Amino acid sequence: MKFDHIIIRYGEISTKKRNRKGFVDKMKAHIRWSLKDIEGVVLTANRERMYVLLNGVDHKPVIERLKGIFGIQSLSPAIKIERDLEVMKTAALYYLNQTSEEVSTFKITTKRADKDFPYNTDEINRALGGHLLRNTENVTVDVKNPDLNLLVEVRREAVYLTGEIIQGAGGLPFGSSGKAMLMLSGGIDSPVAGFLSMKRGLDVEAIHFYSPPFTSERSRQKVIDLAGKLAEINGSMKVHIVPFTEIQLLIQKQIPENYSMTTTRRLMMRVADKIREKEEAMALITGESLGQVASQTMSSMFAINEVTNTPILRPLITMDKTEIIKIARELDTFEISNLPYEDCCTVFTPASPKTKPKREKVNYYESFVDFDSLIEKAVSETEILTIKPGQTFDKEEAMEDLF
Amino acid sequence: MIYFDNSATTKPYPEVIESFMKVSSDYFGNPSSLHGLGVQAEKLLSAARKQIADLLKVKGSEIYFTSGGTEGNNLAIKGAAQYRNNRGKHIITTAIEHPSVEDACQSLTKSGFEITILPVNEYGQIDMTDLKEALREDTILVSIMHVNNEVGSIQPIADIGKILERYPHVLFHVDNVQGAGKVPLSLREANIDLCTFSGHKIHGLKGTGFLYIREGVQIDPLFHGGNQETQIRSGTENVAGIVALSKAFRISMNNQLLYHDKLEQIKTYLYKGLLETEGVLVNSPEEGAPHILNFSVPLLKSEVLLHALESDGIIVSTTSACSSKKRSVSKTVDAMFRDQARSESVIRISTAYGNELEEAKRVLAAIRKIVANLEKIMRVAK
Repeated sequence: MKFDHIIIRYGEISTKKRNRKGFVDKMKAHIRWSLKDIEGVVLTANRERMYVLLNGVDHKPVIERLKGIFGIQSLSPAIKIERDLEVMKTAALYYLNQTSEEVSTFKITTKRADKDFPYNTDEINRALGGHLLRNTENVTVDVKNPDLNLLVEVRREAVYLTGEIIQGAGGLPFGSSGKAMLMLSGGIDSPVAGFLSMKRGLDVEAIHFYSPPFTSERSRQKVIDLAGKLAEINGSMKVHIVPFTEIQLLIQKQIPENYSMTTTRRLMMRVADKIREKEEAMALITGESLGQVASQTMSSMFAINEVTNTPILRPLITMDKTEIIKIARELDTFEISNLPYEDCCTVFTPASPKTKPKREKVNYYESFVDFDSLIEKAVSETEILTIKPGQTFDKEEAMEDLF
Repeated sequence: MIYFDNSATTKPYPEVIESFMKVSSDYFGNPSSLHGLGVQAEKLLSAARKQIADLLKVKGSEIYFTSGGTEGNNLAIKGAAQYRNNRGKHIITTAIEHPSVEDACQSLTKSGFEITILPVNEYGQIDMTDLKEALREDTILVSIMHVNNEVGSIQPIADIGKILERYPHVLFHVDNVQGAGKVPLSLREANIDLCTFSGHKIHGLKGTGFLYIREGVQIDPLFHGGNQETQIRSGTENVAGIVALSKAFRISMNNQLLYHDKLEQIKTYLYKGLLETEGVLVNSPEEGAPHILNFSVPLLKSEVLLHALESDGIIVSTTSACSSKKRSVSKTVDAMFRDQARSESVIRISTAYGNELEEAKRVLAAIRKIVANLEKIMRVAK
């Protein structure tokens, strides 16, 4: 018994009207890409659904991959069998036994497109239902709210069996919302913010501020590892590593201690915005959560946001730390993020930063310093890496031979 | 020389030694050091961890490097028992485990643990009903090997895992030292909580190995110190050995796909040939692992046959680590057949992917010649 095809339902895209084709095409491309090394499978699409024709390939690995693709609401594997009641019985039992979730109640819904089939829908329902009850333990019928609604479709050429509904990742297809730059610190929040943005169809590139010798090479490595995790979603992630030491030293020297954090964030924003412009992206993404730390109070955000009118997306703004950690654990980024190394956010943090900085004051302090040339320099010296899924080495290819 | 003792240890792959030397000389930093050299070593460590995890389809954070099979088994059993001794003090294992499992379990009886030892049938397999009956309210651990080191019998690990699924308070430990790279085993599907692997049995270097600990499973460490390996195994990591191990594992898994049939062919040839040889009793089950073949010549002491084969340039094993003063008895063969003469005259042949059918032909011919000659003159083993 083999699965014939997998049905893919669109979810939110189906509410789109005239530009639906664009969304569907993006998703199609992404699915094709994610299945490219599985030989034999064919993808077809219509306005309502997509179908992956398996052509003999095992359905499980295909489903595993499809589950991670944004834009897919749900999936159902389907069996194709000959028009024979005994075969249909065997197939129904097989279907029930292979479901990923434990099924304790079921119902059978038969559709008979071919009225010449010798049994009517009622007879088929009963024959298959009886067969399932006889051959399973602790499984009962529930026609109102079954765990599995086994759909049997009798057509002229064959009989199709489907019914298990596997939840997809939801969201919008990759890249359908354009490009944005993620400020990736190495902490717990920013990778989660990146993931949620990607879920809404954004093509995300990361920006990391690197301040050697004040931040260790390990914090840079952490960012590469995190990018490697996020890259699993679409195959690669660009990481812009900004040399930030000079700017930070100048801030330490010129800005009063309690405002140094506010200015640091403002300058990070300015540098990031410049890189965004170069990369033709349309937004910046941060992992800020309202009130979590001094730089994320409403007053701080008001003071920091002044430096740009580029949209700043803050997917985590209303989330509690526990909710963020939960997603980070699911993403497998939590353990990487939780490693205790100094990063751009922890080094140089004053003992008592302003939680209610004022725009006038920070502008006044900054007016005595010329940051523009240093910003230009940082942008031009930014190193760009393209990280592949699970990649651990950034440039020391010599090490690859060791494995 | 024909090396047919690959279950004792394997010859490291040349590429593996190359990696070991390169890492030892170029990347000798301590992975815990903050400087660049340390960072490099740590990168190598995490890349090795990831490669091994990917080959097993598990997470990197579930791989804990050890010094080999003995440490892995001790860490799994004692660590689990210590961590869970408030939950219960009953452990189930089998009659044919490696001493590092058997004796680790026995050592726990001193702290009040009770051990149930499941018998095996003549195919070297446990009976599922025995297992089900042995499970108790206070059982905390079941430790069952995948492939037996003496006769190559394979336990139905996936079925056992299925049974244990219904006992969430019982941890499932599998000693996979002999099965790795030879007999497929899905850690996830078999519901395994702890699984031991050794490097030198898969053409890596001695003193390397790892223990798989499923995410969420907690055990106590054996060693205390610098809290390496997320506090489960303190001690500076053997980075060069670990990198070499990850390479050996990759090549072995690859060879498993490429040369499994060849190994099976060699075994079938020897199996059939030995069955037809007078005076020889085959102890390995026909359905066992493709690389281990165990037989007895009840009229000859194992050592005599071993040395006779050695002088012909053929290296095999008696499956016994006992000293020559003690009478060497194969525990597994004894558990399977309860026949003293048979379990005292055991010879084990164990192959690797590099072996050829031609070698097996020479070995079979040599065994036949020696058995025929020696039986005439040797004194009969008591």
